Amino acid sequence: MTDHLALGKALNLGLRHALEQDDKVVLMGEDIGRLGGVFRVTDGLQKDFGPDRVRDTPLAESAIVGTAVGLAMRGYRPVIEIQFDGFVFVAFDQIVNHVARLHFRSRGSVRMPIVIRIPYGGGIGAVEHHSESPETFFAHVPGLRVVTCGTSQDAYSLIRHAIASDDPVVFLEPKRRYWLNGQVDTSRTDDSWSSSVLRSSPESTATLVTYGPLVPTAIETAEVLAAGGVEIDVIDLRTLSPLDLEPVFESVRTTGRLVVAHEAPGNLGLGAEVAARVAEECFYSLESPILRVTGYDIPYPPSRIEHDYLPDVDRIIDAIERAEAF
Amino acid sequence: MGIEPAHEQAEPLCMLTPAGERTGPPAVHIGDETQSLRDFYRDMTLIRRIDTEAFALQRHGELGLWAPLRGQEAAQIGAGCALASQDWVFPSYREHGIAWTRGIGPELLLGMFRGTEMSGWDPNEFRYAYGQIIIGAQTLHAVGYALGLQLDGLVGNDDPQRDTAVLTTFGDGATSQGAVAEAMMWAASYQAPVVFFCQNNHYAISVPVERQSRSPLAHRARGFGFEGIRIDGNDVLACYEAVASALAKARAGGGPTLIEAVTYRRGPHTTSDDPSRYRESAEEEYWESRDPIERVRLRLVELGVPGEFFTEIDAEANDLGARVREACLALPEPDLGALFDQVFTEQDPHLAAQQAEYRSWHGVSGGAA
Repeated sequence: MTDHLALGKALNLGLRHALEQDDKVVLMGEDIGRLGGVFRVTDGLQKDFGPDRVRDTPLAESAIVGTAVGLAMRGYRPVIEIQFDGFVFVAFDQIVNHVARLHFRSRGSVRMPIVIRIPYGGGIGAVEHHSESPETFFAHVPGLRVVTCGTSQDAYSLIRHAIASDDPVVFLEPKRRYWLNGQVDTSRTDDSWSSSVLRSSPESTATLVTYGPLVPTAIETAEVLAAGGVEIDVIDLRTLSPLDLEPVFESVRTTGRLVVAHEAPGNLGLGAEVAARVAEECFYSLESPILRVTGYDIPYPPSRIEHDYLPDVDRIIDAIERAEAF
Repeated sequence: MGIEPAHEQAEPLCMLTPAGERTGPPAVHIGDETQSLRDFYRDMTLIRRIDTEAFALQRHGELGLWAPLRGQEAAQIGAGCALASQDWVFPSYREHGIAWTRGIGPELLLGMFRGTEMSGWDPNEFRYAYGQIIIGAQTLHAVGYALGLQLDGLVGNDDPQRDTAVLTTFGDGATSQGAVAEAMMWAASYQAPVVFFCQNNHYAISVPVERQSRSPLAHRARGFGFEGIRIDGNDVLACYEAVASALAKARAGGGPTLIEAVTYRRGPHTTSDDPSRYRESAEEEYWESRDPIERVRLRLVELGVPGEFFTEIDAEANDLGARVREACLALPEPDLGALFDQVFTEQDPHLAAQQAEYRSWHGVSGGAA
């Protein structure tokens, strides 16, 4: 079935289909039941699947993750919601020391099919601790898959794929894009953990790599440049750990230039890892230094000025032009 | 069994005094008390021997570390023997005695301490999770597992063969951790079938229990809305009866219980610790006089158990000591190359490339590389 859905609605549909398909799937989180979640991503699910499978929990993020570990050991597939990105740090021990390691610690005899959904990133005018981009913390941890989505189709396909996976997945939802509309083909549930080439041309003179909330920004950037006669390749990483960089290497070998954009601070961000690996693999193809367009290395700012902090079309075009001019 | 709640208890529940005198309420869950005492005596003697041998192996350089249980044999054997076979345990790292009651022998137990394994056994095989090192974290896993039991319809069916409960064990220090408070709150909220078994051994490494709490630890349960009791943790009868009673209540759908077993860690925190820096020998001597094994021996003698019984168990302990030493030295060396396959359930190409690089660097072939 193909439909036009907002990204948040696509996630809701993906969760609904997963609940329908596998009775071991259970949802837990703060306010996800009667309220339907503060962003309504779980809207209507408790009504249809009951309070045991869509559980409003006490207000304790560490316990939400910690009890998911026990449920997973009992054979369940918990899909848990951390209400906002900044709240996940309360649960850091359970994610890093337990969720990520139990498969390793047990030589594979214990599996942790847990999905940790986190609305993340800025751009909604929120107060502190509601606009964080924590992906690097989790991408650094062996044993976790870190996934994000930038389109309605990926929201649907990747949440289904994450729930079906026997590995733990930190699933980052770009909260300012929950209302972004897009096509959703619900037959597409079996995506691999691959990055996605959104735009590619033999004429391209630069590769723009991004993920999550900047995917629409990257597409817009490419359209603006194309209107001026400049073609670029655009790649959405989708899976932030382990990375799938083959399509990036392939693109850079053609374009010779790479710009990586993300909302998170640049220092030791995903862009650094992408840049290092591209330098290792594509050194002789590079025509210019690899450039990053990121959040600044300051704590997330007050919301009245967050749009000066967040990478936008102008800053990305500036970086591409600097790469071209090198 | 009518065990008084902690806030009404003058003294921790005791059924066998340090002098070996039977006191307190009648045993409800134990069938043949003499036979049970013989079994407890045997288990406690054997795990003390495992503990002593493992300690010595560390001093010989064969183990990297050991966390001794000496002094806590009654708490661990009493609690472990009270489990039904279908029950689960989410323990801390010092519970070698409970592991023993679940069938985890030295062959599996020593791997983590020798550095050949991250854990050493399949939890599903023994219904015994890993000896958790992050203090208190396992209590949340226990509550989650208990929620799963509820979802599976394995609680409150009035079927003792099928209804299932979870025992989670931790120390006095762990009660200061947020995870333990969250686990108790959560278990109370959902009336999860969990027994919180706290071995108050008086020290979190060097810090005495008085620094963790201004009131008896068992009193905390009342604030969460469930029952807490204090028991003499060096009395194996009290430990067995209290845990059996709490597990039965949990299986029947009666929700969680907190049991504070008041005991004493006679040895160091681990083989890296030096208790002489933080406690007095008079205190150690006091607890030596409250030995958990000796009181059972005195009671058995009084009950007319012949001397051969004790001689046979000593011989069995000697054999077990030899088995511990052999098992330690026979542990296979781990293979770093194989670990790359255990990170994810589906191998990742980048990790596979690192694995191949590792194997090639070390001139090894084979494995998934």
